[in-house]
Amino acid sequence: MTTPEKGQLVTANRLRDGIAVFLTRSGDWSETIDDAVLAQEPQAAAALEARAKDDEKKTIVSGAYLIDAERIGGRVRAAHIRERMRALGPTVRLDLGKQAEGKGAGFAAPEGV
Amino acid sequence: MYRYDEFDHQFVRDRTNQFRNQAERRLSGELTEEEFRPLRLMNGLYLQLHAYMLRVAIPYGTLSSRQMRQLALIAEKWDRGYGHFTTRQNIQYNWIKLEDTADILDALAEVEMHAIQTSGNCIRNVTTDHWAGAAADEIADPRPVGELLRQWSSLHPEFSYLPRKFKIAVTGAPNDRAAVKVHDIGLRLHKNGEGEIGWEVIVGGGLGRTPMVGVTVRDFLPQHELIGYLEAIMRVYNLYGRRDNKYKARIKILVHEIGAETFKAEVEAEYAKRPHPSTEVEERELKRIAAYFAAPPLEKLPRWSPSFEEAKLANPAFARWTKNNLGPHQADGYAIVNISLKPEGGIPGDATADQMRVMADLAERYSFDELRVSHAQNIVLPHVKKDDVFAVYQALEKVELAAANYGLAGDIIACPGLDYCALATARSIPIAQSISRKFADSKKQDEIGKLKINISGCINACGHHHVGHIGILGLDKKGEEFYQITLGGSSAESASIGTILGPGFAGHEVADAIETILDTYLKLRDPGEEFLATYRRLGAKPFKEALYATA
Repeated sequence: MTTPEKGQLVTANRLRDGIAVFLTRSGDWSETIDDAVLAQEPQAAAALEARAKDDEKKTIVSGAYLIDAERIGGRVRAAHIRERMRALGPTVRLDLGKQAEGKGAGFAAPEGV
Repeated sequence: MYRYDEFDHQFVRDRTNQFRNQAERRLSGELTEEEFRPLRLMNGLYLQLHAYMLRVAIPYGTLSSRQMRQLALIAEKWDRGYGHFTTRQNIQYNWIKLEDTADILDALAEVEMHAIQTSGNCIRNVTTDHWAGAAADEIADPRPVGELLRQWSSLHPEFSYLPRKFKIAVTGAPNDRAAVKVHDIGLRLHKNGEGEIGWEVIVGGGLGRTPMVGVTVRDFLPQHELIGYLEAIMRVYNLYGRRDNKYKARIKILVHEIGAETFKAEVEAEYAKRPHPSTEVEERELKRIAAYFAAPPLEKLPRWSPSFEEAKLANPAFARWTKNNLGPHQADGYAIVNISLKPEGGIPGDATADQMRVMADLAERYSFDELRVSHAQNIVLPHVKKDDVFAVYQALEKVELAAANYGLAGDIIACPGLDYCALATARSIPIAQSISRKFADSKKQDEIGKLKINISGCINACGHHHVGHIGILGLDKKGEEFYQITLGGSSAESASIGTILGPGFAGHEVADAIETILDTYLKLRDPGEEFLATYRRLGAKPFKEALYATA
């Protein structure tokens, strides 16, 4: 069992289609949360955020913000259910969204009701 | 049938072209998100958790078959094959791309539809009784007045930047199906001893984080004074409504803070200053508008339909469906068919493109080309001959639209919640699904009888939980969803705001809690007494005891 690597990542919605995306190490935006780069220091988080703001100006994404997350065995789990939901798609339509396109996160949103 | 006039055609086309230009400028970077956001919202385009969401206005919930087919086409071509009918008689698409939106607005304009006034701090799309023009208890069709208000309020410069959004609902029947007492302004039609009609004007109702039942400021306002009087209300609100705090900006807060009597006096003083003749609604204009809503050419039929009665005798499932899902029509031999969009375990208000087309076809063939969307997220075929009801039922059955739970425990109102909505704090739909499954037994549902269960996924209350007989509010407690239960709400003529019963529940506990509440009701009710009446008679105590009794 690997120790979870805790930190912050940047997420946003892609401007042209609104799809939830995550900032990667190479500075691209991925639809898969597992590709996200995790900042462990506040300065690193600020740097990621600054990069994201640049991409907002370049009209690639809109509404970028930092979220708490952890990487466990190569997969990323957002701390808040809202973000786990964004990383997967609606829990009531498993046939839709990232979860249906093979881009979903490795962690269920909340437990089913 | 409702249609645009020539002004609307041009106006909507212009608006769509403007939006196309705005979207292009946003995509090219000429507009920042901050600049673009209010523009897209004015055209019904929101950014949600997974994609953009487009909210399309369905004025008065009235649709033609052609319009419904276009909604199906949009679902298929630009979304993921379905749409969500909302608690404001609109439809929302959940997977919209910004780059497609102008094309979608063009497709809507082709069938006289748009997404204007579905967002922003303006007078929103007027809502009304989904049985308007068909209901047996109706004094007059409320839609012409709704349309008059729309024409008056659309892009009205004085009322485009109000302190906050503003919702008006109108009912023409004594049994209020439009929830007029919980809107910013509610209008309710009355007939006096002389046979004249007049409007009761109710102000300051609303739900959200500060739920309130509105107060009556006029009992019987003559129709031709409506615009002038409402203008006076809007002016008082525009002047005194708070702009410093979003959460205190609705008119209900103003009415509450200065008191109903002071508010009323302010309105009357403002109204007395109005140049009455210029704001009086001309009879001719009202007639012109009313013609758009003219009753369809109903046949003169006997009240009794032998084929309908025979079908019921031969088919118990159909008989049960007719008992629950038909409404009394004003014409003999006709019925109002309520199509439940709440199949067992389904998503309240969702319909696939194929289902939309089937409903459109049925409306074309059996209901004078007319459909309605109800604020309870169901679809109505307003004018169906009793002779045809069985054929309609059979067609609905084939596409899983024949749920016989209209007005019962399974007919749950739920907002999209955290499954889609960026504002939500908890999910609503899975809670609705678990309750729906819990009461899947049709006998149990029939035994419980008329019941309104409403679920909201946040304090903004799009699921109208405050006025559910049983209301459920989803909240976020340190990153976990939990749910508060309220009892005793109602949006009907005797409107009331529900009371929180006690500590909240985890999602998986909610359906059991509802069952406990309803079992308690079944034990304690007087013969024939509906849930709300039992609650009002006994109060919260027995329900609290049953729910929170410690072992």
